[in-house]
Amino acid sequence: MIQISDLTLSYGEKRVLDHFSLTVPEEGITVLSGPSGCGKTTLMRCIAGLEKPQSGSINGVSPRETAVLFQENRLFPWRTAEQHLLDVLPKARRGEAGLWLALVGLEGEKSAYPSALSGGMKRRLALARALALGGKLYLLDEPFTGVDGERIKALMAALKGLGTPVLLSSHEELVRSLADRVIPLDGPPLRAR
Amino acid sequence: MGRSNVLKKCIHLLLPPAFWLGAWQLGAFLVELHVEGRGNELLLPYPLTVLLALIRLIQEPAFWGTAFTSLLRIGAGMAAGVVLGGALAGLTCASFWCRRLLAPVIRIIRATPVASFILLVLLWTGRNQVPAVISGLMVLPVVWENVTQGIRSTDPQLLELARAYRFSRRKTVRLVYLPSLTPYLLSAVTTAMGLAWKSGVAAEVLCLPRPGIGTEINQAKQAFETADLFAWTAVVILLSLLMERGLSRLIQRKGGVYPP
Repeated sequence: MIQISDLTLSYGEKRVLDHFSLTVPEEGITVLSGPSGCGKTTLMRCIAGLEKPQSGSINGVSPRETAVLFQENRLFPWRTAEQHLLDVLPKARRGEAGLWLALVGLEGEKSAYPSALSGGMKRRLALARALALGGKLYLLDEPFTGVDGERIKALMAALKGLGTPVLLSSHEELVRSLADRVIPLDGPPLRAR
Repeated sequence: MGRSNVLKKCIHLLLPPAFWLGAWQLGAFLVELHVEGRGNELLLPYPLTVLLALIRLIQEPAFWGTAFTSLLRIGAGMAAGVVLGGALAGLTCASFWCRRLLAPVIRIIRATPVASFILLVLLWTGRNQVPAVISGLMVLPVVWENVTQGIRSTDPQLLELARAYRFSRRKTVRLVYLPSLTPYLLSAVTTAMGLAWKSGVAAEVLCLPRPGIGTEINQAKQAFETADLFAWTAVVILLSLLMERGLSRLIQRKGGVYPP
């Protein structure tokens, strides 16, 4: 169980998190659903250790045990799809690169550079890289932007099969319907609706 | 590719050098017309005379030794300037105090006349070392400035990703910094290469190391062999272009290949 308690974070005068608490179960997909700018990304960044909250605590997972998919793809223009996977895989698991690419339906794009991929393919490559990195908790910020419905269904099934808890943010109705748990949010400051 | 396209490409490629060779030929002709005696040979020889002088020089056994020694000296200076400039740029970006300490020194190096440096270095070291030291000194500020700019322009989102994905410092340098720096390094090398050759040969002309292209240029001037002076200058230009191309390819390969 990952317990987020009383997180507070402000950017100057703007309070994004105000004593926000949340429990993420040990398994399954938890979807954070709320309007843009309500603070979902900030919450995920706090859990990943990329933002330091002014108060509060996160128990059950450390930042080093998370694997983040950022809201932006953040791909390296100078690395091929396969190299993106090899960059995050330890030496002993290098053989898995092809499997992760196949999981997101990019097995035929091993040697492609990001500039040769469509928007949805880039997103799937970024997702595969985050999944390959591994950890005790996946933090996926809008993972299905530009991905078609059929592919979303397949990817959600694959995420469930990983056996690692997933906390993801999404506006997609389809994603919410396939999740194990949906937390409707509002803000800022972020609060349960 | 169609025939008209090939013709167009040939015209684009050959027209500018043909124009300037024509202008040179005309200039030499006008000098011959208006200056009496050996005026043409002394002031502005014909392109063909220079080409013949170059062919004669190439056939001399000492030519390759002279050209290779200068290439080695200036190449060593250039390499030292690139390595030192890159390392100092790294320090400049890593520490506030390094930046405060280094920035004024590099500005002073950039503003100091090359002749002052040549004479100072000649006082401090042997004549054979001066061209390499001077080339390095001229290259250093250019590389420092470009690499510093490159490091500062590295995408902060990629650096954050490297941190979040637990990349080691070495991996971050290899996967994020070096490929991001490639265009800046290429620009630095292109500018620095010309500077290294100009200053290195100027140092050779003043310090007369043996063998050396600058020493040969000086001798050609003393003997009023203007065609030889032009021929050695052409050698310098060729070597500079060759080195620039070689280094650019090396940086592109080591820094990560961009897809087209």
